[in-house]
Amino acid sequence: MKQYVIIGNGPAAAGCIEGIRSIDRHSPITVISEENHPVYGRPLISYFLEGKTDPEHMLYRNPDFYERNRCRVLYGRKAVKLQKRPKRILLDDRTELPWTSVCIAAGSGPFVPPMKGLETVSKKHTFMTLDDARELKEAVGPDSRVLIIGAGLIGLKCAEGLHALTEHITVCDLADRVLSSILDAPCAAIVQKHLERHGIRFLLSDSADRFEDCTAYMKSGEKVEFDVLVLAVGVKANTSLAKEAGCTTGRGIAADSCMRTDVPGVYTAGDCCEGMDISLGARRVLAIMPNAYMQGHTAGVNMAGGEETFEQGIPMNSLGLLGLHIMTAGTYYTEEQGGECYEEQTKDRLKRLYMKDGFLTGFILIGQVERAGIYTSLIRERTPLQNVDLEMLKKIATTAAFSPSARKQKFGKEN
Amino acid sequence: MKRVYVNEEWCLACHLCEYNCAFANSGEQDMAYALKGKPIFPRIHVEGDEKISFAVSCRHCTDPICVKSCIAGALSKEDGVIRVDQDKCVGCLTCILVCPYGALAPGEDGIMQKCELCLSNSCGKPACVAGCPNHAIVYEERQEVLS
Repeated sequence: MKQYVIIGNGPAAAGCIEGIRSIDRHSPITVISEENHPVYGRPLISYFLEGKTDPEHMLYRNPDFYERNRCRVLYGRKAVKLQKRPKRILLDDRTELPWTSVCIAAGSGPFVPPMKGLETVSKKHTFMTLDDARELKEAVGPDSRVLIIGAGLIGLKCAEGLHALTEHITVCDLADRVLSSILDAPCAAIVQKHLERHGIRFLLSDSADRFEDCTAYMKSGEKVEFDVLVLAVGVKANTSLAKEAGCTTGRGIAADSCMRTDVPGVYTAGDCCEGMDISLGARRVLAIMPNAYMQGHTAGVNMAGGEETFEQGIPMNSLGLLGLHIMTAGTYYTEEQGGECYEEQTKDRLKRLYMKDGFLTGFILIGQVERAGIYTSLIRERTPLQNVDLEMLKKIATTAAFSPSARKQKFGKEN
Repeated sequence: MKRVYVNEEWCLACHLCEYNCAFANSGEQDMAYALKGKPIFPRIHVEGDEKISFAVSCRHCTDPICVKSCIAGALSKEDGVIRVDQDKCVGCLTCILVCPYGALAPGEDGIMQKCELCLSNSCGKPACVAGCPNHAIVYEERQEVLS
């Protein structure tokens, strides 16, 4: 009988549990959950702010999930040390758990750079967990002036959620554009304009020089008065436990396609790890929820002695912001890097398809996202573009662009 | 398991499957009352051009990437059928981002709806199949790929 331990209780952990149970129905699984909640859809916290969902509906799995999968969950506990000989995990309450196979699915935490005077701000929040969202919702009323530091995915989703609560939202970022990790300037401008039309104010290429209680003195000279501050600068992978245990770590914990770290018996999945990005041909942190689940599942299957690999990971995002849908995926190679880009733009819509060496490697879709999964699958499956009607595919995402035999193959089988 | 398959050589691009789907899922008794003069949001869509046409609906994949990707845990698979819990769905469209068939589209309210084989509506069996005038859409068990 094996002793499985999962450090973390997010979607990667849920995937790991389901992966283990697809092979091993009996050995005990222990889940170490820092948060006092069963697994929930973390990106839903902005919808919770907005009032579009509630904690009950945010549950990622049915309430009997752990019981049905015979898992013991240690709520409110934190793993402080992963010991190899003897194989023990030390918890913050000084208890020890034996393990034969462990998955580190510890996620990521907010990255807050040092900022002058931050300690003088009384109402400051991060926006990563359900508890964060609850506190923020509590703190913000119709008259609250909110300053969000960071115009990335977390900052903008937070702004969207808060927009239902207050009209006074300012977002600042050191970058010269919104969503700088996934959009270039022209694409970002479309999104920014859309949000500005809804009354959200932006201060870009700017950062807070210092805070004094409820005032931010910006580098640009501007003075921003606020009631509530949200810190959404960035995230960092929780790697320290793995690093101390001897796992190779970079920005995340290094994993192979079976989600094994380089310490025998230790696996990793989700936002804390680095997996292969096939659109880039290199390892990177793929901190998005679908990959977290799939990596977790792969880790679980392999922990239980089965065989599964996760080899089709790519960065991908589907993001709605006050009615505007944005989807991005893969890697955008520039012309200098040997890439080629197809672009189509109307007033509020944009499509970019990035190609290299006869393959689709990435895309940006703003305002028109129908059937985008067809593009995603071309990237993930590395389908040679010579096998499809590229001109048709540029216009619309449709399987009509495949040859009749390829379509028959695709649609005619049990898949 | 039985799935909906399309024989594209017989598809006339008449779009009747879309209307039958929308009607079957409308909860109404009368087709004209349910659909006339309104935009329809079917769970099956005819695609193609002047040369070829075919209808696309959920494949109910054995290893469904949409279920694995759903950020809300709103998609699940039970007894071979992939269903969406509309109370949990927030309309993020991640399932559309990953479905390799382009088989998914949201409903009128932006929340996902999908083909659930008409098993829980008044039709009881796929309405698109029942109403296809040229038998281009079939509901059957298949083992192998015919190429």
